[in-house]
Amino acid sequence: MPVFSFDHDPDRTRRFRELTLPHLNDVYTLARYLLRDAADAEDAVQECYLRALKHFDTYRGPAIRPWLFAILRNICRAEYARRAAAPAATIEDTPEAAEQTPLWHESQETPEAQILRERDADAIRRLIDTLAEPFRETFVLREINNLSYREIAETVGAPVGTVMSRLARARAMLRAAWIAEQEASR
Amino acid sequence: MTCEEAEILIHALIDGELDASHAREVEAHVAACTHCTAALAAYRQMSQVIAGAALRYTAPESLRRRVEAALPKATAAAPSRRLVLRGFAMGSAVSALAATGLVAIVLREDDEQRIMSEIVSAHLRSLQAGHLTDVLSTDQHTVKPWFNGRIDVAPPVIDLTAQGFTLIGGRLDYVDARPIGAVVYKRRAHVINLFVAQTANTEHRAARTETLQGYNIRTWSDRGLKFWAISDIGADELAEFSEKFEAATRANKEG
Repeated sequence: MPVFSFDHDPDRTRRFRELTLPHLNDVYTLARYLLRDAADAEDAVQECYLRALKHFDTYRGPAIRPWLFAILRNICRAEYARRAAAPAATIEDTPEAAEQTPLWHESQETPEAQILRERDADAIRRLIDTLAEPFRETFVLREINNLSYREIAETVGAPVGTVMSRLARARAMLRAAWIAEQEASR
Repeated sequence: MTCEEAEILIHALIDGELDASHAREVEAHVAACTHCTAALAAYRQMSQVIAGAALRYTAPESLRRRVEAALPKATAAAPSRRLVLRGFAMGSAVSALAATGLVAIVLREDDEQRIMSEIVSAHLRSLQAGHLTDVLSTDQHTVKPWFNGRIDVAPPVIDLTAQGFTLIGGRLDYVDARPIGAVVYKRRAHVINLFVAQTANTEHRAARTETLQGYNIRTWSDRGLKFWAISDIGADELAEFSEKFEAATRANKEG
């Protein structure tokens, strides 16, 4: 349902739409990785846009994504709290290795390679999903949303040094899981 | 530098986040340490595999509609251009409107929009298997001559690898029922198609970004050429691309 408030300012709304709607896929991608559930991610994204519009005055620029992501992140954290009864899996609980495909591959673009690439993406997503929350978040903001360290720091409200050490840990955990998987699939 | 420090800083090195002097320090440590050499190589490879995998999600169309519907309309009172045009199609009051000059304005805009959506279609076609490039080369001196005789313009082909946008080739495409040159770049796993066509207007028109079907399209004109850069990368990165491209074009002209 469209929300028409009597005091809404068309210029402000237009500016908001122009600035934020181009990043819908980015916001949705982050929500998928943070919540690991498609339906929850959709709800969080919608809530994020509504809340962002409401608090648009707090946006100071220049980059819009860290501001939007920070709002999304708060919504996701509320969702974690709701789910707290069912704790998330951590990196130690790597899924059954036998189901996984090896991650390294030759880069030829035959149709078979294309299928392999998609299967690889699934395998990598599963590995990322096993990372504990602060590491997964930093990793996704860096590798998938392409944020700079400073922008990540702004998004998660932590110093750049913390971002750096989380990213190093995240990659180390991922590398270990990755190697374990390759060995298992041999 | 200790290995403990390097273990964190090699990531900043891979991500291009270190200033020159720190980058040199980390490189010096890595060069002298077999453990860190192996780690750097492994993380580089891992980053490449991750950048090459399709890990982003696309928001479902239903979500896009939901979000759009939940936001107040920017111009709730004004009819959309599409509605205005439908009025024309029905033949009502066309001559009266033509006299006001409104028709010309509306149609020109619509023409731009139609070409824009053709650009999106051409971009989507190019992403399908085996259609991205007709000439596959990272060498601008191979790609540029390839366009000779195929289209009526000589598109500037500029290698922006050092600026983070890798030239991967060129392609002949069709937009507005005419052949058009496409220069293809990659940014991490993302394809950027740069379409180049002739325009009657020789003055410089500053770049602006629009979003259509989820793609960012940045358009600008310079010295009789019109450019459309289209990609699924963020608007800020696409702006960076057009700035680097324009800067390099200017440098080529002056240098």
